[in-house]
Amino acid sequence: MITKDNYKNSVKTYQGKPTLLKNCTKAFVIGGLICVLGQGLTYFYMYVFDFTEKQAGNPTVTTLILLSALLTGFGVYDKFAAFAGAGASVPVTGFANSITSAALEHKSEGIVLGISTNMFKLAGAVIVFGTVSAYVVGMIRFTIQQLL
Amino acid sequence: MKLGKNSWRFDNGVYLDGNATVTGPREAKGPLSKTFDYSFDDLYCNEKTWEKAEQALLKKSIEITLSKTNIRQDAVDLLISGDLMNQTISSNYVARELDAPFIGIFGACSTSMEGVALGSALIDGGQCTKVIASTSSHQSSAERQFRYPTEYGIQKPNTAHTTVTGAGSVLLKNEKTAIQVEGATIGKVIDYGMTDPLDMGSAMAPAAANTIVQHFKDFGRQPEDYDYILTGDLASIGTPILKKMTEQSGYDIEDVHQDCGLMIYHASQKVNSGGSGCASSAVVTYGYILQQMIEEKIDQVLVVATGALFSPTSVQQKESIPCIAHGVVMKRVKDI
Repeated sequence: MITKDNYKNSVKTYQGKPTLLKNCTKAFVIGGLICVLGQGLTYFYMYVFDFTEKQAGNPTVTTLILLSALLTGFGVYDKFAAFAGAGASVPVTGFANSITSAALEHKSEGIVLGISTNMFKLAGAVIVFGTVSAYVVGMIRFTIQQLL
Repeated sequence: MKLGKNSWRFDNGVYLDGNATVTGPREAKGPLSKTFDYSFDDLYCNEKTWEKAEQALLKKSIEITLSKTNIRQDAVDLLISGDLMNQTISSNYVARELDAPFIGIFGACSTSMEGVALGSALIDGGQCTKVIASTSSHQSSAERQFRYPTEYGIQKPNTAHTTVTGAGSVLLKNEKTAIQVEGATIGKVIDYGMTDPLDMGSAMAPAAANTIVQHFKDFGRQPEDYDYILTGDLASIGTPILKKMTEQSGYDIEDVHQDCGLMIYHASQKVNSGGSGCASSAVVTYGYILQQMIEEKIDQVLVVATGALFSPTSVQQKESIPCIAHGVVMKRVKDI
């Protein structure tokens, strides 16, 4: 018997289970492939343009961001990410997609109040927690170093 | 006349004419494509923004209603329209261009039948003789307002809906046509504590069940009195829950129930659980269902449009989702 009190539990059977294993596998494979592409780009910059491995990091990330932004603009990345899930959102390409998509969406409200105000709408959380956690981890490392 | 607890019966004769449906490209690839009056092949509907695209859909559907019924704008006593946008801008901006008095309504995805019920009551009561009831929704304008930017890549759960891009309009009047609006059952706001906006089927099913059961009680009818009992957008998750809940109350609707959100797309169209939005119930009812009625294949239907009355802010503040469903009885006039 479905009642108001037991509703959440009694409808669980109708909602189906999220396909966790399938989604994780897709995310693992496709996320990995994006990283392979990144590694390829790093080698490209190292062997073609004579960057050191450390120096090649920046142009690699920039190229991935450019690719992701272009694919977002062409309307491809959202379809790709709907399939790949976390595999497409966790790498830097997903971060670029969140900024580009928000910027594109708010273009109609103008450059200042539309694009620039809204482009970090989704990415803002990543930046805030990235900065805060970097600070916390840095402080822990500093404290431990002082103690040793 | 008031009937039972929450229902109205329109005894003076309210009739429906000029049913018009306009959709976007994805709906035009669905199984009901031939039943739509017009389908844009571009999601932007030849406009620059999603909001304007939705207005283009709505405007087109009202134009088709006017041309089908061959009446002038200024002969319309009232336009009742609503949509999902903040401050119902789609309806307000379209009404700006029409030479007719206007009342804007909001009932989320239940707006279609809310408008028909209100318009019919005004005609039955003698306040108006010709009322246009219309509604619209657009996948991208809804996506942008309620969820994420349209180009943002996200994997949605199977319980999520796809907002139907489309608009539907009808003319209600006191002169006899092939279809009569016999009565309506006005829903109560029902909240069973569901909080996931990506699972509106589960949230809305109790509201639909409440209205359907109340309708049977008020009208003294049984499910077999109808050829179809349609719900607006419960889709694949909400539909079995609704059937179970009405069965618990003693009404087995298994044989007559259909859901517009499941009828409008092919299963292969990757729409997760099915269609939603104001246009879901509107384009299926005003298209396929009324055409079946005009072709004398069916006699009587109960259309129950279901709406989830939440906003992005209320969801983020962890409020549960209140839902509503309004039912309208449409029947074929046999002695015309």
